[in-house]
Amino acid sequence: MTNQKNGISRRSFLKGSVAAGAALSAPALWVQGAYAGGHGFRNDPTNKATVTLGFNVPQTGAYADEGADELRAFKLAVKHLNGEGDGGMMQTMKPMNLKGNGILGKKVDFVTGDTQTKSDAARASAKRMIEKDGVIMFSGGSSSGVAIAVQALAQEMGTIFMAGLTHSNDTTGKDRRRYGFRHFFNAHMSGAALAPVLQAEYGDERQVYHLTADYTWGWSQEESIQKATAAQANWKTVNAVRTPLGAGDFSQYITPVLNSGADTLVLNHYGKDMVNSLTQAVQFGLLDKQVNGKDFQVVVPLFSRLMAQGAGESIKGIIGSTGWNWSLQDAGSQAFTKSFGQEYGFPPSQAAHTCYCQTLLYADAVERAGTFDPVQVIKALEDHEFEGMGNGPSLYRGADHQVFKNVLVVRGNQNPSSQFDLLSVVDIVDREQVTYSPDLYAGDLGPYKV
Amino acid sequence: MAKSTITPRSDLILFLGFTAVVLLMPLWLQPFGAAYPDLMQKFAIFGLFAIGFNILFGQTGYLSFGHAAFIGVGSYATVWVFKLMTMNVIPAMIFGVLVSGVFALVIGFVCLRRTGIYFSILTLALAQMSYNLAYSVLTPITNGETGLQLTTKDPRFLDTAMEAGSGIPPTNVFGIEMSAWDGLFGFYFCAVFLILGFYISIRITRSSFGSMLRGIKTNQTRMMYTGLNTKPYKLAAFVISGMYAGLAGSLMAAVDPLAGAERMQWTASGEVVLMTILGGIGTLVGPVIGAAVIKYAENIFSAIDKSVLVELFSFMPDVIGSGLAAVTSLFVGKGWHLTLGILFMLVVIYLPGGIMEGIERIKRRLFGKDHASNDA
Repeated sequence: MTNQKNGISRRSFLKGSVAAGAALSAPALWVQGAYAGGHGFRNDPTNKATVTLGFNVPQTGAYADEGADELRAFKLAVKHLNGEGDGGMMQTMKPMNLKGNGILGKKVDFVTGDTQTKSDAARASAKRMIEKDGVIMFSGGSSSGVAIAVQALAQEMGTIFMAGLTHSNDTTGKDRRRYGFRHFFNAHMSGAALAPVLQAEYGDERQVYHLTADYTWGWSQEESIQKATAAQANWKTVNAVRTPLGAGDFSQYITPVLNSGADTLVLNHYGKDMVNSLTQAVQFGLLDKQVNGKDFQVVVPLFSRLMAQGAGESIKGIIGSTGWNWSLQDAGSQAFTKSFGQEYGFPPSQAAHTCYCQTLLYADAVERAGTFDPVQVIKALEDHEFEGMGNGPSLYRGADHQVFKNVLVVRGNQNPSSQFDLLSVVDIVDREQVTYSPDLYAGDLGPYKV
Repeated sequence: MAKSTITPRSDLILFLGFTAVVLLMPLWLQPFGAAYPDLMQKFAIFGLFAIGFNILFGQTGYLSFGHAAFIGVGSYATVWVFKLMTMNVIPAMIFGVLVSGVFALVIGFVCLRRTGIYFSILTLALAQMSYNLAYSVLTPITNGETGLQLTTKDPRFLDTAMEAGSGIPPTNVFGIEMSAWDGLFGFYFCAVFLILGFYISIRITRSSFGSMLRGIKTNQTRMMYTGLNTKPYKLAAFVISGMYAGLAGSLMAAVDPLAGAERMQWTASGEVVLMTILGGIGTLVGPVIGAAVIKYAENIFSAIDKSVLVELFSFMPDVIGSGLAAVTSLFVGKGWHLTLGILFMLVVIYLPGGIMEGIERIKRRLFGKDHASNDA
């Protein structure tokens, strides 16, 4: 027990010790401040031989497949930037200011991190990159929740974030940030591109049941698809059920669909979730049913080849939209698919495509700005027109940092010629058709200087 | 246990040593590649969380499997004060700790009616329920999976009365931003709370209240037979422990103004149990060490990939080097859980008292039996 005899001077001793400890640690402050001090912007690489980029992707969890492919694309982009390999899209992108000698003559280095598809883990990982590894830009994604969380961090830290796979309207809508940029398309564009095709294929007046991943992306896609199909073909929503991310088993959610009176099921799922829910929907025999005198149909608004690979047979005939597919015939897509294939032995996914493009677009913007200063780089990216990157003429809109480009409507291939030839392109929807006003999803970018 | 060696003097030395080690982190963590603000903040925050958890688990023996719920509640409460009132962290943190304290009172009142595994399961169930509520049902309050974030449109009526700037103002302590001194201010801010929390935990452990708690752990039935009502003591310990967790959650929000539901998930609750067991149950410093080890593994090990290893082993002959790299790469990067699992198993099997027991054993080897087990 406490010995009171000794306690007289103890309290003051304790106080003193705290002060002493603070004094002891004071030198540490100055040491730390010394090598980071006197800067115009964070992690200025001007006095270093290399420049470091951070690639923050999900390596575990429901989106791990996408994350792995994103990482491959990032590594390939770094190779091309450093003048190794065949250069990929650097041969086709216009305008092109990259010289194949790194960025502004500095060799490109990179660090990686695992977002675990969790906001906290993603932010911790991004902070490590910024604070410890000194990255000048970081990228990555898969999951809009994560993208939005790290994009807010990017703004706080003053480090540019080039979003990878994120499809929610919020990323460049209500949660847009000055330091965040998105090349990937979004749920609104999916709706706008899909609605006419769905009307032509499946007719008007359908009763729709939505199963939706319960987070920002799922909500925004559900809303966009509902709006677009209601306006285009007068489709009505019977029910919209939210399912937890990474649920694994969807049978409890699919059984009620059978008796709901719905004749169409829209799966607002992605990654392994979509593979599981679609496979189970097909196993439950939904596609063989007739409801309201119509054949039952399943729609997966956001598609990727990786998911098609996972879903196997189930994907055949299913319609959805996608940002890019390796089978596109333009020079940019071909060049990228070729060098990705040579490197890894299989074609890239849309996630890989967007991450590769983002890295090149950032590097190109730095070259055009002539500095790594994020304020100048942001200005170089805003309202930048480019082409030759697989989606036709594209625009990085300055008002919300969203790229506007062509969107693909695809269908699961009935007779695939190879294990990768899983999606056939139904329609390439022109950028004009998917463009919307930046005020539709109002948000505030925030200041240039933080 | 050889209690004879515990004196106020030894506690004082322990406290001073702890203080010095914590405050000098930016220096001595440098060679480990861990001396960057975010990770050091995590050490301090999770250290605090584990100390609080240990007051309940280590002292009373009640194993709560839902402690992360208090972290989450503390974070949400704190971020809401940021959104509505002011970006000054002090009022927000006070509110966060109070709310989690009230929440702990409610949860504790329900769960402490049972003991042992039933108590653990009850806390787990309630925490997982809170997680699911935060994740979907309470989306208007918690913003679901995306997490509660600040926006430029937040009212912040105390701040906007003073100044109208563009963008989201940073969190601060009366004007000193958390990111000041290259982020080290945020760390020292957390460190002060860690040291304070550590001091309080020493005082609780050495108090008669502390002996009462240990009495509950040793034999609750006997205590009740002597006519003591143990419930207020248990509940007090639970609430104190919950408030520690709430403080940890508030600090998380203070250094990084965002609150996400995954902070409340059962894996997060399990993590603090691991931290405590790894470091040493019932010891004062153990939980902090455990927290540091786990956070270090999570942030540093997970970032090592094969190319780093190949470089590391490049001094060896090519065949051996690449072989070693291939084998060790299984244990880093996304395999860091594997490393942690093995470490945990080794500790539990060979050092049931955690890392602290290992340190004690080494001490005994070096100084002979006199310095045996001083419960630190």
